[in-house]
Amino acid sequence: MLNTRDILETINMIENENLDIRTITMGISLLDCMDSDCGKACDKIYDKICRYAANLVKTGEDISKEYGIPIINKRISVTPIAMVAGACPGADPIHFAKALNKAASTVGVNFIGGYSALVHKGFAPGDYALIKSIPEALSQTELVCSSVNIGTTKAGINMDAVKMMGQVVVDVAKATADRDCIGAAKLVIFCNAPEDNPFMAGAFHGPGEPDCVINVGVSGPGVVRAALQKAGDCDITAVADIIKRTAFKITRMGQLVAQEASRRLYVPFGIVDLSLAPTPAVGDSVAHILEEMGLECCGAHGTTACLALLNDAVKKGGVMASSHVGGLSGAFIPVTEDAGMIDAARCGALSITKLEAMTAVCSVGLDMINIPGDTPPEIISAIIADEAAIGMVNSKTTAVRVIPAIGKKAGDELSFGGLLGGGPVMDVNRYSPMKFINRGGRIPAPMQSLKN
Amino acid sequence: MRAVITVIGKDMVGILARVSAICAENGVNVVEVTQSVLQEFFAMIMMVDLEGSKIPVSELSDALSALGEEMGLKIHVMHEDIFNSMHRI
Repeated sequence: MLNTRDILETINMIENENLDIRTITMGISLLDCMDSDCGKACDKIYDKICRYAANLVKTGEDISKEYGIPIINKRISVTPIAMVAGACPGADPIHFAKALNKAASTVGVNFIGGYSALVHKGFAPGDYALIKSIPEALSQTELVCSSVNIGTTKAGINMDAVKMMGQVVVDVAKATADRDCIGAAKLVIFCNAPEDNPFMAGAFHGPGEPDCVINVGVSGPGVVRAALQKAGDCDITAVADIIKRTAFKITRMGQLVAQEASRRLYVPFGIVDLSLAPTPAVGDSVAHILEEMGLECCGAHGTTACLALLNDAVKKGGVMASSHVGGLSGAFIPVTEDAGMIDAARCGALSITKLEAMTAVCSVGLDMINIPGDTPPEIISAIIADEAAIGMVNSKTTAVRVIPAIGKKAGDELSFGGLLGGGPVMDVNRYSPMKFINRGGRIPAPMQSLKN
Repeated sequence: MRAVITVIGKDMVGILARVSAICAENGVNVVEVTQSVLQEFFAMIMMVDLEGSKIPVSELSDALSALGEEMGLKIHVMHEDIFNSMHRI
């Protein structure tokens, strides 16, 4: 018989500490949907997604009910559309965005990712047109998410793309200004983007992936925080140990769900992403874990050290619990999606410069940060370049998802609702990086890339 | 498959009887029961075998949740594998 205490602990984690499976994401390759006729390609894409993902949502719901675990999101990631769109030169990529949106809405998923381009070394056919179309695509669709990879440790940073993306972010925000600029919340600019990330908005199905795959993202900041709270005054080694144990349990649940979903859908299991993903719900915050470790407020000096420990311990605990670990795997620090971060930003304890330092030691990067609506594009490009440099040099994923709050200034608020949350507009450094950004070209790959 | 039914809440007459009755009606075999009452707080854990069950586990879960709501208790039905994978290496 199972141990009563273990059973009650699991139930308590789910009932009171927001333990859940954040997402089951089906990755679908669209490489066989290419066609020189854009209309035909879009039809093939719609048909393939609807065929492969027909039972995704129902299977997720069945598993959720049978196992008694909430599975919050069912999503789809696809081959970067720029690769597919490249086969029909001259066609407007917006048709692909609409096909994706229609397919996502037919199968009932809440997001579809992959309106993407990989341009870390330069622009291939399809890339340029796709990037230009992002503002229109994100303003005319509900469920489509977009990402652009502008740098890698191996290739360096494509500064022409960095320059372009600053303007695209502003244009997306303007195009959705009537909806609190929500379009910009669905656009991620990456350095070292993972090909198997199940989390939105940055999910896409990389060219090295199989035809179809199931990736699962777990969550559970609330569980980690509660475990630390119960432990009380222990030293920092014990803190790391508690996080490891908790991450192990959370990940085992993710592995079980991933295997079960893979079996029921007849689709191979890809990876479990060991991420601590917060939500705006009280008790589901990464910032609160850091505060539980002993900081008065997230953003205080010491935050980076606490986050480094948390990020490392989550991986150490999770890695043994899953047969394949991948995606982003680490702690997320999206400001508007984390109740503790929102409070810290509101009271002034957390600044963009501190967040930038934090991104050097955790997964992802400057995520879900509202910036003033009048921020010039070159400053956004420079923010992207800084983040990409951190990722490139440290051989890790970094990303930028900032939301220019059109018509608003520092201290005002944006509200997206749902998992995207909302929060205050944070100020940026106004000194101009214009000349640097206008140079264009490519930052050469660092020494770290020369491992062969 | 085997599942774990947990009942948590305020102690009262007939909890075990009513939960077992729903199991019996649907051909669900109770394999093991442990229960503890700490002051007024009641926690019962039932291991059940769904081999001969007449209904899918999701329906059993709904029926027991409805009973839980009626009696002011929290009743969960969860696949045994969840606990095995989380708490055993």
